[in-house]
Amino acid sequence: MIAAYLVLLIPFVGIVFFALAGHRADNGKLNVRFNAICLLATIWLAINVLNQGAILSSGKAFLIDPFNVYLIVLTAFVGLTTSIFSSPYMAHEKELGKLTDQRLKLYYSMYQGFMLAMYLVLTTNNMGVMWVAMEGATLATVLLVSLYRTPESIEAAWKYFILCGVGIAQALFGTILLYYAAVQVGDVENSLLWSVLYANAEKLNPEVLEIAFVFMLIGYGTKIGLVPLHNWLPDAHSEGPTPMSAVLSGLLLNDALYAVVRNKMLVDGSSHSNIAGFLMMGFGLLSFLVGALFLHRQKDIKRLFSYSSIEHMGMMTFAFGIGGPLATFAALLHMTVHSLTKSAIFVTVGHAAQLAGTQSMDKIRGLIKTQPQIGWGLLIGTVSIAGFPPFGVFTSEFLVLLATMHSYPWLTPLLLLGIGIAFAGLFRHVQPMVYGEKPEGQQSIKANLWPVMIHLGLVLWLGLAIPGFLANWFSQATLLISGSTPL
Amino acid sequence: MNIIQQDFYTQAILSLAALVGLTSFLMLGQGRLLRLIFVFAAQGLLLTLTTAVAAYSLNNHHLYISAVLTLTLKVIFIPWMLRREVIQMNTHRDIEALHNQTAVMLGGATLMVFSYYVLHPIVQTTSAVMLNALAVSLSVVLLGMLLMISHRQAVAHVVGFMSIENGLFFAAIVATNGMPMVVELGVAFDVLVAAVLFGIFFFHIRTSIDSLDVDLLNRLHEVDK
Repeated sequence: MIAAYLVLLIPFVGIVFFALAGHRADNGKLNVRFNAICLLATIWLAINVLNQGAILSSGKAFLIDPFNVYLIVLTAFVGLTTSIFSSPYMAHEKELGKLTDQRLKLYYSMYQGFMLAMYLVLTTNNMGVMWVAMEGATLATVLLVSLYRTPESIEAAWKYFILCGVGIAQALFGTILLYYAAVQVGDVENSLLWSVLYANAEKLNPEVLEIAFVFMLIGYGTKIGLVPLHNWLPDAHSEGPTPMSAVLSGLLLNDALYAVVRNKMLVDGSSHSNIAGFLMMGFGLLSFLVGALFLHRQKDIKRLFSYSSIEHMGMMTFAFGIGGPLATFAALLHMTVHSLTKSAIFVTVGHAAQLAGTQSMDKIRGLIKTQPQIGWGLLIGTVSIAGFPPFGVFTSEFLVLLATMHSYPWLTPLLLLGIGIAFAGLFRHVQPMVYGEKPEGQQSIKANLWPVMIHLGLVLWLGLAIPGFLANWFSQATLLISGSTPL
Repeated sequence: MNIIQQDFYTQAILSLAALVGLTSFLMLGQGRLLRLIFVFAAQGLLLTLTTAVAAYSLNNHHLYISAVLTLTLKVIFIPWMLRREVIQMNTHRDIEALHNQTAVMLGGATLMVFSYYVLHPIVQTTSAVMLNALAVSLSVVLLGMLLMISHRQAVAHVVGFMSIENGLFFAAIVATNGMPMVVELGVAFDVLVAAVLFGIFFFHIRTSIDSLDVDLLNRLHEVDK
């Protein structure tokens, strides 16, 4: 259990350190170190869970089970690789005169703040604290979205703040209703603890829980980026610094979905009408299709990939909504591979935008000729996110399709159509950017593409063969969520 | 349900719920920013009273802490910050022209009826008093959203945002006698940080568009134009 406390303590020390220490030239490297130590702590935690199974801390404040432990490691991993990318990237942005020392200090402090909020969402056993941490993640990132202080970035940050703030307030109302239902069956002291709620789910009033779930889905759904609550997402992704886009897409969206699924497990335990599943399927499918269609009409490269995030989050929500063991397994896998691929893509996109000096896709040309690593990185990343074999995204999307054919065959054509539209939308924009002649005077830049290669390598590995311990975790998590195992 | 037959606590809670709902409607139709902030502070005060009454009647000491938190945050700090902002921006004499005032008020009334409709299944498991309290808090949440939609000033948006928090808080006090202490402190911390961030944002928006009219924040579009 010490490992779990360490995971929370290290980013907290990070916040305080960066906030107090003043500006230092090596802050970027220190940020990498904080994240690296945190990754080690999460691996230690994961080994503990692997040996002992689910851990409930004394005082029941924290719960680590197979469902969240892999997300914790994933969070730490993406946090580390993004910080490796961010160190030279932010230094370069400062050279361009977009940032001051003061704002860089804020950036590093809030980077750790965001990581702390993410770990707290994942590790806590208390549904109320989960809400507080989720709101904390918004508060930590909102000033980072407006870091460049351009009118656009301030508008994006305001929109992000208001939409997510109001949205997540609905989730608090849901949490209050959940607590209300729990208080009625007794044990007031521990009534918001997930483990207690889950054990007593059958006794909870199904009507109250169904109403509560609607509010939870709307609330956390705003953060997942479900259509029609997605408006903040492309703006925040496109106007903030690129490392922020990578962690928002790779981590925040996943964690919001995690919160929804935790609540769905409670509702499913109490009511047998599957209303939670149907709601998630509806919202998921709508987001998936709308996200895919909007890919076609984008001009900004970061907006393009944020719509792709909406599309993929929609698919995961849909898969969790179907709810059978196969669909749940697929959704868990998809969370992992999407997070790895999308953060890799945003890292490449950040380099490409620095190379071309713009985020406008009409002006980014000839990436392969200028700097092959960036061009190929973007192309392979796009191939992977579009769901081509042998990458992991293909495996998970294929499993979602299989599960859909099994449970709701009439929805399969819609999914196939969406995948096709998304594929066309991505490639019509990416192809001219990577191929073609380079514009005159375009110089290659100093870029560190190791994070991208490692991420895409892992996605490839997950596509070819899922390692035994990971498959075992996925099965256990599936057992927890859907009640039976897929294997 | 006859209100005279209820005990003192229930009667007090019901009256306070009605007053909290009323303040939400008052805010909805308010075009002057300073009055809007004043009504918001009044709503905070009603909330403090509710918490104190609940703490006294149920002999629950941790609710006194919540009451003090509400008093400092929602009645003193946030209204003070917003008032200072409005006077600095020299917008305290402007009257915001609200479009479709009648439609907005009717919409507000509809939202209140809707809240009762949504929460009606709860009545099977509890008293009608609880239904009233929960439905009023849900409608305060929804009216806060309507306030944000119908006003254009950033200050009014913050008031709407915070009044949504008020609605949630009211629900937590009345329905469950307050959330566990750790959650309540966490929520109060989030509200405090949000208030400070709003202050920073006012400064940024003002330097960026020289106004706090959020309708002028219109550079970003969903698709290219």
